[in-house]
Amino acid sequence: MLAMKHLQKVYRTHLIETHALRDFSIHVREGEFVAVTGPSGSGKTTFLNIAGLLEEFTGGEYKLDGVDVGGMNDAERSRLRNEKIGFIFQGFNLIPDLNLFDNVDVPLRYRGFNAAERKRRIEESLGRVGLASRMKHYPSELSGGQQQRVAIARALAGSPRLLLADEPTGNLDSLMARGVMELMEEINRQGTTIVMVTHDPELAVRAQRNVHVMDGQVTDLGEEPRLRVPASPEPMPA
Amino acid sequence: MFAYYLQLGLRSLRRNPVLTALMVLGIALGIAASMTSLTVFHMMGSDPIPWKSSKLHYVQMDNWDPNQPYGDDGSPPDQITYRDAVALMQAGKADKQTAMFKLALPIQPANPQVKPFMALGRVASADFFGMFEPPFRYGGPWGRDQDAAHARVLVLTSDTNEKLFGGQDSVGKTVRMDGVDYSVVGVLDKWKPRFKFYDLTNGALSAADEFFMPFTTAIDLRQRASGNNSCWKFPGEGWDAYLQSDCVWIQMWVQLDSPARLAEYKSFLDSYVNEQKRLGRFPRPLDNRLPNVTQWMQAQRVVPRDVEVQTWLGFAFLTVCLVNTIGLLLAKFMRKSGEIGLRRALGASRSEVFRQFLIESGVVGLSGGLVGLLLTGLGLIAVRALYADYKNVAQLDWTMVLTTLVLAIVAALLAGLYPTWRACRVQPASQLKTQ
Repeated sequence: MLAMKHLQKVYRTHLIETHALRDFSIHVREGEFVAVTGPSGSGKTTFLNIAGLLEEFTGGEYKLDGVDVGGMNDAERSRLRNEKIGFIFQGFNLIPDLNLFDNVDVPLRYRGFNAAERKRRIEESLGRVGLASRMKHYPSELSGGQQQRVAIARALAGSPRLLLADEPTGNLDSLMARGVMELMEEINRQGTTIVMVTHDPELAVRAQRNVHVMDGQVTDLGEEPRLRVPASPEPMPA
Repeated sequence: MFAYYLQLGLRSLRRNPVLTALMVLGIALGIAASMTSLTVFHMMGSDPIPWKSSKLHYVQMDNWDPNQPYGDDGSPPDQITYRDAVALMQAGKADKQTAMFKLALPIQPANPQVKPFMALGRVASADFFGMFEPPFRYGGPWGRDQDAAHARVLVLTSDTNEKLFGGQDSVGKTVRMDGVDYSVVGVLDKWKPRFKFYDLTNGALSAADEFFMPFTTAIDLRQRASGNNSCWKFPGEGWDAYLQSDCVWIQMWVQLDSPARLAEYKSFLDSYVNEQKRLGRFPRPLDNRLPNVTQWMQAQRVVPRDVEVQTWLGFAFLTVCLVNTIGLLLAKFMRKSGEIGLRRALGASRSEVFRQFLIESGVVGLSGGLVGLLLTGLGLIAVRALYADYKNVAQLDWTMVLTTLVLAIVAALLAGLYPTWRACRVQPASQLKTQ
């Protein structure tokens, strides 16, 4: 599903060069739930941004669902991101002056679905996170846990193959965090690949595989995963 | 997506009411300042009779003082002498032709309820009506035969007819002017040229005519023009000497239906003046001119210099307002960096973000345009209140309403270009973590 080989990411200013990722290689198979852990500044978020096509890399190779994203222009990357990837952020990132329906609608608009298809998907995904009855509510009227559920519904509405989560429970209390985690596990059981960046060890152990990152490199690829859902066979990288 | 972005733009206007109000007001003030003067400029500067302005030509001949030209720039007089007007009328070389002058006469109404009043009218030839095409409500113009017969006939404007006959069909009725009875042959319908383009020498913004009388009849009755009269040497004593003098007081228009006819007429005019030179007149070099309506408007500077300057100042002010709008839009868009980053993450390409924010700028522009239209209306009311002469030209027509809105939108789009460009350069990754 996601294969990075010898990936480099260098931030350059006229004074210094910062190597955020160096020789970074990882392979995530379809249907996996991978937690990426590591200390602050280790390169977890940079990895996630590159994986989500939000940032470009400076060297190496990245294939998303078999597609080499290296030479893509902005429009192609945006289309691929919209079709294949769902994001869950620590801060939920809902648009405050849009109600839940319109928030979930955002990625579907860019996909070009017609109104009926968008409505069906919005209702279905909000129903899936248990918020179908609150579609006309605004984010400020919801608890943190509910807001993160909306963000998950938004990520799911476009039926992405890959869900990228950045500290998804970081802003939630333990009860709400458990609920969100259970929801993600449920989503993964239904076949969606999840890559979650976290430095919460309790959360990380619930993933099938823990990948540890340090100083911009993968230091531990974790144990061979036992897939919860049979996925289409995909060769491991050499 | 256009409708979606439009909806987002409208929603965004409501999000920061104070900032929105500042932007809309900024654009509205700039638009109002420029459009108020542009409206006057447009109404005075645009072709008043576009379907035939190129066929109507004003006659200029240089019979002036050999030692000093009439115009500072050496241009010939802006009117002609009576004797030349009569000669040209009698030659009848144009497709249509009219000699004319301005005349003020007291009207003594038959109805004792209406007090006598001074009326401002136009002495013209029968062709005047076919040339300038005022619409008739009752009757019609007098004919060339009535010109020839020096008939005591009148055409009234609708306002005069309203005043004298309560708006009834007055054709065949009699109007007494300065002790002489005239028979009404026609009543004009509402005819409101924005300015008196057929008599620029007496002021484009001068009061509208109230009646029309045959040229020959007025001369018969020894009516002197109440418009401009210029002489470069003493005309001599008495009416006949005045008519034979080199004083200029008659305006002459000819209709020439093709460029070939124009060339023929010019040639005729040159021959006429050369002949007059042989008789000792026209001491200055040959300088006959036949400007058409728009050329004559330019030569006579129908749009005063100060209206031009005001228009430029209005646009300069609009530019200042737009610079201010650029700053406000930039502040507004940069406050939305988080949302931009999010939209990018959810699949919006840079061009989609560009479109969204440009449309939002357009919505600000349209709002500014609507408020600006209101302020322009108020500005024009103020112009009309301050300068009574401008009452016909300080009016918004549909062209100017549309121009105002389009200008406001285009101005806001231009102002929005840089902020929008900045918005679509927002790095999504840097925004998503900071929300």
